[in-house]
Amino acid sequence: MSGHAIELILSRQLADCLSVPVFIVDPKGNLLFYNTPAEQVLGKKFEDTGQMSVGDWGTSFNPHDEEGNPIPPEGLPLVQTIKTELPAHRTFWINSLENKSTRISVTSIPIIGRSEVFSGAMAIFWDNELHL
Amino acid sequence: MRVKLHGTRGAYPTSSVENQKFGGNTPCIEIIAGNDRMILDAGTGILGVDFEDGYTGERIDIFLTHLHMDHVQGLAFCKPLFNPNKEVHIWGPGGSCEPLQTRLNRFLSPPLFPIPLRDIPSKLIIHELSETSFTFGKFQISTEFISHPGPTLGFRVQYGSKILAYLPDHEPVIGKDHLYPEDEWVSGFGLALNADLLIHDSQYSIKEYGSKVGWGHSSLEMAAEFCSRVNAKHLVMFHHDPAHSDTERTRMFQEFNRSSEYTFPIELAIQGQEIEVGG
Ligand SMILES: [Zn+2]
Ligand SMILES: [Zn+2]
Repeated sequence: MSGHAIELILSRQLADCLSVPVFIVDPKGNLLFYNTPAEQVLGKKFEDTGQMSVGDWGTSFNPHDEEGNPIPPEGLPLVQTIKTELPAHRTFWINSLENKSTRISVTSIPIIGRSEVFSGAMAIFWDNELHL
Repeated sequence: MRVKLHGTRGAYPTSSVENQKFGGNTPCIEIIAGNDRMILDAGTGILGVDFEDGYTGERIDIFLTHLHMDHVQGLAFCKPLFNPNKEVHIWGPGGSCEPLQTRLNRFLSPPLFPIPLRDIPSKLIIHELSETSFTFGKFQISTEFISHPGPTLGFRVQYGSKILAYLPDHEPVIGKDHLYPEDEWVSGFGLALNADLLIHDSQYSIKEYGSKVGWGHSSLEMAAEFCSRVNAKHLVMFHHDPAHSDTERTRMFQEFNRSSEYTFPIELAIQGQEIEVGG
């Protein structure tokens, strides 16, 4: 078997060191890794779930707009980046574990390493009500 | 397939009497299998390669893991480069904004070196490598980018059923006590999987590593854990720190051995040593 590309491995290393939620997906949108702060968003632990398909992770934190309309996976920045291989950004609402609607901003970037192959994408979630 | 360790020292060459046992030359290994030969890295160890023996043809191939000085320093003084009858192929990592030739030229040109690359008398052919697999003579070679500052390749070389993995500068996980539990998240995993011989960075003691996180090198413990994880059969600990005397390095190795329970053979690389891969 061959492992993940080094740029994905090092993205995980970075995510491990950050205090904000980070998601890393492969080119098909499978969630390869999420860090400990992201476990709070998903309500799941990476240790327990391992890799997750886009259908599983895309809806699990109930992304929605200001009126409460659900945002389908295609509307999420990370899924857009997978499609376009371009950075994406969006502010929307998610339900926290306590079922409180939280306004967050998500920025996703494509991960393209030295071999110039699109190996996936990384998204950083920012809780707009959180003041670090 | 035999491998000859011409240079085992990391960072810079040392001629100190305290470093004679493991050797003072920087990385260069030579792989010999029948009439096929390949050279990996061009540290000062390359000066120990006998180009009169086994290199009867015009062509010589040198594969570079990366361009840190300790891995290219011997290139400038490598005899075949100055022989107009030789064709020297240099293979090294792509993946930079600048071509390999331009990056090499920074070192192999004035004022650092008197002759610019274009005036080197041999016929020089530069090949950029990325993550790839290819056949070279009777060798099957695979390369992958691995965790080390700057574009750095690890090599997997197969000859018949025997496999050698060469990762001289490698920090498979940064600032953690252990590798990630999932194999696919371990840098260099596929390159070294089931290798008969793994030549791997092990520059630091576990204590020293604590203050050198992210410098791109491994502790002895990390190298051994990596070897065990990839199920390699024999580990040669490579890239000795020139700041360590032979006595210190030996003590460090003994200390590691006291707490290690690995069953595969582990040894410290010695300059001049020849190892039969899978032998
Ligand atoms: Zn080195
Ligand atoms: Zn290096």
